[in-house]
Amino acid sequence: MATAGTRNRPLSPHLQIWRWGPHMLVSILHRVTGNGMAIAGLGLLLWWLGALASGPAAYATFTWALTTPIGYIVMVGITWAFFTHLMSGLRHFVMDVGGGYELKTNKTWSVLCPVLGVVLTAAFWALLLLR
Amino acid sequence: MGNGTSIGRVRGLGSAKSGTHHWLLQRFTAIGNLLTVLWLAVSLVLLPDYSYTAVAEWLARPVPAVLMILLVVSTFWHARLGMQVMLEDYVHDHANKFACIAALNLVAFAGAAFGVFCVVRLALGAHA
Repeated sequence: MATAGTRNRPLSPHLQIWRWGPHMLVSILHRVTGNGMAIAGLGLLLWWLGALASGPAAYATFTWALTTPIGYIVMVGITWAFFTHLMSGLRHFVMDVGGGYELKTNKTWSVLCPVLGVVLTAAFWALLLLR
Repeated sequence: MGNGTSIGRVRGLGSAKSGTHHWLLQRFTAIGNLLTVLWLAVSLVLLPDYSYTAVAEWLARPVPAVLMILLVVSTFWHARLGMQVMLEDYVHDHANKFACIAALNLVAFAGAAFGVFCVVRLALGAHA
């Protein structure tokens, strides 16, 4: 395909050029958590559904793996990724309709998104473990 | 860059004219994910325990089974769209990009098919 047209064209300045701000962090977190869940989260979901459909023996293997320390790290990681991605995703919805572009508002919500992600993850696990 | 002429589009330059559709589908599936994954989170909190019997009996019921199928379709669709954007940003070589997106489509459809089949098998009483 049109390789000649895309070679040697100028690239926009990349990450190292800009001074870091919370809006950059929340944008990168959105991509990292989204793609992380696409691989690890959906993989785990299929393992869970597959184990349930296969029967008690397969389900026992699944629960054994997930109750090891690494299993808990993976589960907490995926729930953190979900709530963080959810918060930055809601921020996207607000910005899609044209809101939240003022510098201070944008900065406030950019700081709040990852914080709320951690708070919701802690709340969810507290509900699971303390019920 | 393509200036909108038909030969420019044939050569793959300029807009593919399908970006808005992709963007909208990403939002629609995001709403689907929001509803179905929050339903799953609430259900996991409300389940009496996580033994095979408790989870399998819950998921085999009509409403949870349908919601789980919708969850699988919505999340895999959303993941397929999102990973396509990631690949387009980071894989610059045309042939590699084509191969990656082709593989992504295969994995997304296969994964969703497996997930839906597992729920259907459970709901239709394979282990009842």
